[in-house]
Amino acid sequence: MKAGSNLEKVLTAGHFAVTGELGPPRGNNAEEVRKKAEHLKGIVDSVNITDNQTAVVRMSSVAACKLLLEEGLEPNLQMVCRDRNRIALMSDLLGATALGIKNVLCLSGDHQRFGDHPEGKNVFDLDSMQLLATFKKMRDEKKFLNDKELDGAPEIFIGAAANPFADPFSFRVTRLAKKIAAGADFIQTQCIYNIPKFREYMKQVVDRGLHEKCYILAGVTPMKSVGMAKYMAKFVPGMDVPEEIVKRLAAAGKKNAAQEGIKICIETIQQVREIEGVAGVHVMAIEWEHRAREIIEGAGLLPRPVVD
Amino acid sequence: MIIGDSKPLEEILEMIEGRDKVLVLGCRGCVTVCNVGGEKEVGILATALRIARKKAGQEPHIDEATLERQCDPEYIEELADTAENYDAIVSIACGVGPQFLSERYPTVRVFPGINTTFIGGALEHGVWAERCQSCGNCIVHHFGGLCPIARCSKSLMNGPCGGSAAGKCEISPEVDCVWHLIVEKMERMGRLEELERVWPVKNWLTSRDGGPRTRIREDLKQ
Amino acid sequence: MRLQYPTNVRVIQLPCSGRVDILHLLRAFEDGADGVYVAGCLEGECHYLTGNLKARRKVNYVKKVLEALGIEPERVEMFNMSSSEGPRFAQIAREFTETIRELGPSPVTKAQAA
Repeated sequence: MKAGSNLEKVLTAGHFAVTGELGPPRGNNAEEVRKKAEHLKGIVDSVNITDNQTAVVRMSSVAACKLLLEEGLEPNLQMVCRDRNRIALMSDLLGATALGIKNVLCLSGDHQRFGDHPEGKNVFDLDSMQLLATFKKMRDEKKFLNDKELDGAPEIFIGAAANPFADPFSFRVTRLAKKIAAGADFIQTQCIYNIPKFREYMKQVVDRGLHEKCYILAGVTPMKSVGMAKYMAKFVPGMDVPEEIVKRLAAAGKKNAAQEGIKICIETIQQVREIEGVAGVHVMAIEWEHRAREIIEGAGLLPRPVVD
Repeated sequence: MIIGDSKPLEEILEMIEGRDKVLVLGCRGCVTVCNVGGEKEVGILATALRIARKKAGQEPHIDEATLERQCDPEYIEELADTAENYDAIVSIACGVGPQFLSERYPTVRVFPGINTTFIGGALEHGVWAERCQSCGNCIVHHFGGLCPIARCSKSLMNGPCGGSAAGKCEISPEVDCVWHLIVEKMERMGRLEELERVWPVKNWLTSRDGGPRTRIREDLKQ
Repeated sequence: MRLQYPTNVRVIQLPCSGRVDILHLLRAFEDGADGVYVAGCLEGECHYLTGNLKARRKVNYVKKVLEALGIEPERVEMFNMSSSEGPRFAQIAREFTETIRELGPSPVTKAQAA
């Protein structure tokens, strides 16, 4: 066991894992975190806490993770390379693990031009690959980047993101292999709508034996409306939304689009569960946390296993 | 070369407000090549400033001159007899010009007439693009001759990120994803395997992050 | 053709409208011109292929400079015509003169006169 976190135990025991996601509030209202957390209790193995997602300022991920711990849920701390240099990243990891956080995801981060403070300086001292390697070094070698000994090394289950739908497609699996070589113990993919393409991706992943070195969780996000589907298809880079999905939502009409979106999400989970190499699912019902139960239950994934 | 953009006329007019005798000073170096600070542009800016002054009923008193370069003291020295006669010198060289002028002629108010933007080259006549971030440790040969530090919006050394779509960067459809280009180039060169290596963290000490830089050639120093 | 056109139009001959420079246009305004126009060949018929297209871009650049200086951009203009269209040349001279008359004297000369 690398960290002995609930997520790690569930995956190691061979269960199909389920992770959720929670975006911290745009202020220091701790109650907001607790309210959202309430919806996710008992239905997921651990919860991703985003880190200034889309470069929009929110309550710090580490703080929100601590609040989550107090609610009895297990957090997955997301850390981006956009806002912090290596000193701050290593420091935050030490702080996070001192507070009891065990799962960490290493991400590049959306460029700040997208966010609400586009004039800010960006950091990118490290990229996600180098961050994975750094955290692995801290955990396994018990050393800082400069090879000096740590006074108390973090025990972490390290994660990363993978996007099977970004370009160039041919290089995506190589990039996944690199992340695993750098130190990723588990991966969460970008949300899947194009199942055939994901199948193709996973086939290459399995061919390279990567699924045996790392747990791969398939990402899913329920569509709330046709508008959301069209927006994601057109404006979110690296997102692949097939025309059939948009059509299905349109056909359902305004009143039933949300329900259809949930239905599509459940179907997606059921389908990816059958694909070789998929060890779990990552449900990103952002700002829709109260519908997460419906999705996870509908996909037959409750109750969640309790592993000692 | 160093590329710059003209400052808006309003900004320059504000700078010279109330300063009677003005010199617009160009440079025959980079800024001439990228058509922003050469003799021609000195003429255009000076004429525009004179028109503005005449329109406001003021005496124009805008002189024009162009130095070989504004980044070498020997050329800055050429103004020794005249610089102090001016109430303002508007330098349209890169950021080095106004600084060298200010240092050599500390009593004269020197103003930058352009915004120095990046190190780059011409893609075609009239179009220039950034190519170098002066990181101090050039590694372009490892990436098929492309620079991920300068051309990747996130300076990734192990790119591309998940935002690369149809060969374009997530920040804008006008910006190429250099990592897409790198992967394609390395594939064409039969070197794709080299990209399987996880590039370790970069030493930013050699770049501006390590502090302002100097270069000394002991064999050339007087 | 010996057609009449207003006497206030000063013609400066060039081998091609592409030879006009931004500086020429601006200096004309500096020296007190109330209006400046460039007469070039019809697009697609430039004897030097693209000279008249370049001239138009320069005229547009000068319009922006004038605007930034608080001077009406209509005081500078580009017109295309066939070199054989004598009557059109005279007509444009008259029309542009009218446009400028309506705008009044250049704010540059007005200030100097004041």
